[in-house]
Amino acid sequence: MEWEVVIGLEIHAQLATKSKIFSGSSTAFGAEPNTQASLVDLGLPGVLPVFNKEALNMAVQFGCAIDAEIGKVSVFDRKNYFYPDSPKGYQTTQLHHPIVGMGHIDITLEDGPDKGVTKRINVTRAHLEEDAGKSLHEDFQGMSGIDLNRAGTPLIEIVSEPEMRNAKEAVAYFKKMHSIVTYLGICDGDLSQGSMRCDCNVSLRPKGQEEFGTRTEIKNVNSFRFVEQAINCEIERQRDILEDGGSIVQETRLYDPNKNETRSMRSKEVANDYRYFPCPDLLPVVIDDDYIEAIRSHLPELPDQKKQRFMDDHKLSEYDASVLTASRELAAYFETVAEKCGDYKLATNWVMGELSAAMNKSDVSIQACPISAEVLGAMLLRLKDETINGKGAKTLFQSLWEKQSDDVDALIESLGIKQVQDSGAIESIVDEVLANNQAQVDNYVAAAEDKRGKMLGFFVGQVMKASKGSANPGMVNSVLKTKLDEKC
Amino acid sequence: MQNLTLAQISKGLEAGEFTSVEITQHYLDRIKQLDQGENGLNSFITVNEELALAEAKAADERRAAGNATAWTGVPIAHKDLLCTDGTLTTCGSKILSNFVPPYDATIVENFKKEGAVCLGKTNMDEFAMGSSNENSYFGAVKNPWDLERVPGGSSGGSAAAVAARLVPAATATDTGGSIRQPAAFTGLTGLKPTYGRCSRWGMVAYASSLDQAGPIAQTAEDAAMMLNVMASFDEKDSTSIEQPVPDYTATLNDDIKGKVIGLPKEYFPENLDPEMASVVRSAIAEFEKLGCTIKEISLPNTGLGIPAYYVVAPAECSANLSRMDGVRFGVRCEDPKDLEDLYKRSRGEGFGAEVKRRIMVGTYALSTGFYDAYYVKAQKIRRLIKNDFVAAFNDVDFIMSPTTPTPAFKTGEKTGDPVEMYMEDVFTIALNLAGLPGMSIPAGKVNNLPVGLQIIGNYWNEAGMLNMAHQFQTATDFHKEAPAGIDSNR
Repeated sequence: MEWEVVIGLEIHAQLATKSKIFSGSSTAFGAEPNTQASLVDLGLPGVLPVFNKEALNMAVQFGCAIDAEIGKVSVFDRKNYFYPDSPKGYQTTQLHHPIVGMGHIDITLEDGPDKGVTKRINVTRAHLEEDAGKSLHEDFQGMSGIDLNRAGTPLIEIVSEPEMRNAKEAVAYFKKMHSIVTYLGICDGDLSQGSMRCDCNVSLRPKGQEEFGTRTEIKNVNSFRFVEQAINCEIERQRDILEDGGSIVQETRLYDPNKNETRSMRSKEVANDYRYFPCPDLLPVVIDDDYIEAIRSHLPELPDQKKQRFMDDHKLSEYDASVLTASRELAAYFETVAEKCGDYKLATNWVMGELSAAMNKSDVSIQACPISAEVLGAMLLRLKDETINGKGAKTLFQSLWEKQSDDVDALIESLGIKQVQDSGAIESIVDEVLANNQAQVDNYVAAAEDKRGKMLGFFVGQVMKASKGSANPGMVNSVLKTKLDEKC
Repeated sequence: MQNLTLAQISKGLEAGEFTSVEITQHYLDRIKQLDQGENGLNSFITVNEELALAEAKAADERRAAGNATAWTGVPIAHKDLLCTDGTLTTCGSKILSNFVPPYDATIVENFKKEGAVCLGKTNMDEFAMGSSNENSYFGAVKNPWDLERVPGGSSGGSAAAVAARLVPAATATDTGGSIRQPAAFTGLTGLKPTYGRCSRWGMVAYASSLDQAGPIAQTAEDAAMMLNVMASFDEKDSTSIEQPVPDYTATLNDDIKGKVIGLPKEYFPENLDPEMASVVRSAIAEFEKLGCTIKEISLPNTGLGIPAYYVVAPAECSANLSRMDGVRFGVRCEDPKDLEDLYKRSRGEGFGAEVKRRIMVGTYALSTGFYDAYYVKAQKIRRLIKNDFVAAFNDVDFIMSPTTPTPAFKTGEKTGDPVEMYMEDVFTIALNLAGLPGMSIPAGKVNNLPVGLQIIGNYWNEAGMLNMAHQFQTATDFHKEAPAGIDSNR
């Protein structure tokens, strides 16, 4: 049977507020356990929450960025469950009246058969809630430790419609959300520290059937790569069960990247009744159009807008523009390079080519790139003004990558790659090369005119070699041509 | 010295008639004589003798330095539901029987700033759930008017302590009548302010949307003094309302002539004890003598108050009490074999029967499939009840009624039937659902037991209510009666 895959994602993004969503404690990462937990975060008897307006502002920014309805009246609810890292015995979240309603984003696939195709994914809602603490199961001799530093960190939970049909689309969606929240600056986007986490809802149905199949939820997947792997192995698992005539159990599962498999999270299937009800300690959050418009009018340029601008104003291809705007940092890097050298095409070629290959090879991110955007821009400027040629530029790039120096002009000097522009100097090298290769000169002269163009390449190569690559290739070409033609 | 009011103590300290250390020692001695031991009233859970005397000493020094306020050196006590930094705060529960908060409730802090002296923490029904103070892990409290009777609840400790003059006044809290009913049972003046008037920061939550702190005192004047300190806007409590705090003592002597008093027929039902009705009606007649006019009114949804309350309050408490889980503070069961066992036994052993009953009722009411039928419907009823009052206050200035259907009942009399116990709050509960202020003042006696008159004011009209009460107390002496057998001549 042919199966259709249905995927919906719930993305949790930690908001980059200075303090927690309901207390004044700092949200900084990595402090000693329980040193950033106030009375409120500890859930002591008698404490009360006060809503952090900065979190509201960020949530509304997000809503505007995905063109969503903004909840003029949003309400915090209590979601009741017992767990040691949930200090109050309930999580404060938004069930019926979320801050962000229906919105949408467009995704573009980076590879595969649908590479470059754009698809709209609707976003059901996004709501504010508090993060839980962490249970530490090691180092306590059979007991568990609890660190409540993270408890109360503001989260926005972004819920998609079940509109993705394969793992690649899901990854593209997750990446797009990542780029939106980082462009907005409302989340640091650091997946390795759990700043963004993703729950993947996966189900299969016979192709053509409208009704959804039973879904499973893979919890807390924290990298783009794992999202793709987790979904693919869950699809495999479900397909095997269904094709053997079995049925899928609705449950939450965990992805184990070491074994590349998903497994059930709970040994006992307990149907949780969270008994949601409006939190009586918090008033409904009421905002008006002025508040929303003030935020909307101050939104930074978003990835789609930037991409369009690169295409319209700087004639980048859609693919190049997509790749260069995928992350805020890469886009900022690229723009700096382009402005510094004054040539978007040249900047595109180098950032997408040499730089990206070097980063892949060394597995470094743009944030950790050893060549700053200013330096790469300065280098390209020297290429553009013909101080160096393409070959010299590659040599120079390698030295810059190895951090030999950040001073482009000094390196050009010390590497001796300054392009020879002096026609007298080039002529004397040409004369020398022609004198040393009489046989080839004879062949050239004897050859039919339409074959000579190809043969010229040999002499160019010899001259470039003799100049240690520093001669201006254009000049070499024309001097050679003139001199050889004289002999014909 | 023992019958001194707050106002008299404040003046006495100012005049140098006695020091704070002297008056504090006086009350500490009375607590030792009358409260502790097998025959004691048991109105205090914690008496902080050393700390109280240190605070008194500091107050005397502050006075000597010329920085005293009307409150400096005046002794009070706090209900054990209010967190006190460094002092045990049990909420009358085993599960918090070892809980020492690292912070002060805003109300506690307000008193500290004034230089008041805290004698200790008063007994209460566990987590403020009860109407007789029989639901305390620390034992029942006796009513000083009749040691075989209950002092009411849940603020039974505060009421008994003030009635026995173990402290001149005390803080209390009221979720369905927990200030007014014990004040009525012990011949005192108790006031539940408008919801949002006093900060709930540091007041352990029973039912967050209903809880409100207020004073229990000997007179309306003392209640006004107390409210001056207790009332404040607090940024730490999102439900606290930014409304200016007037000087509640400034308007006590305003003329009340021409005020219109509404008597809701639903609060004087046919089956009301005739003696209770007669005491209350003659108190109301006293207001007529003072120039007020009386008007019969109707609050048609009154009968829905108790059922709505017993959905909303348990629902909220079922979540509020989840943090009492034996993990981070409070009592943890011995040798839990796993996490589930830790939860089950810590809570099973730590909570008393009434608390468990309400957690279960609330858990049920919030369950999938029942939420709309119970919680949502109860919230709609709250709106109806509120609308009744809003309409009534278009025509009247105050509403009056008996505070309770009967005077203090005997210990053990109603413990077997929770619903009968719940009916104790039939006249007080609607105000909490509507968020309105209400107070109880002594109106006379039935069978030698005090009877309370309830005065209900419009939103934020605590000053008007206190004015009415003070004028009544200027014309009558009911509030001056103290229970027999509390003279400290032993």
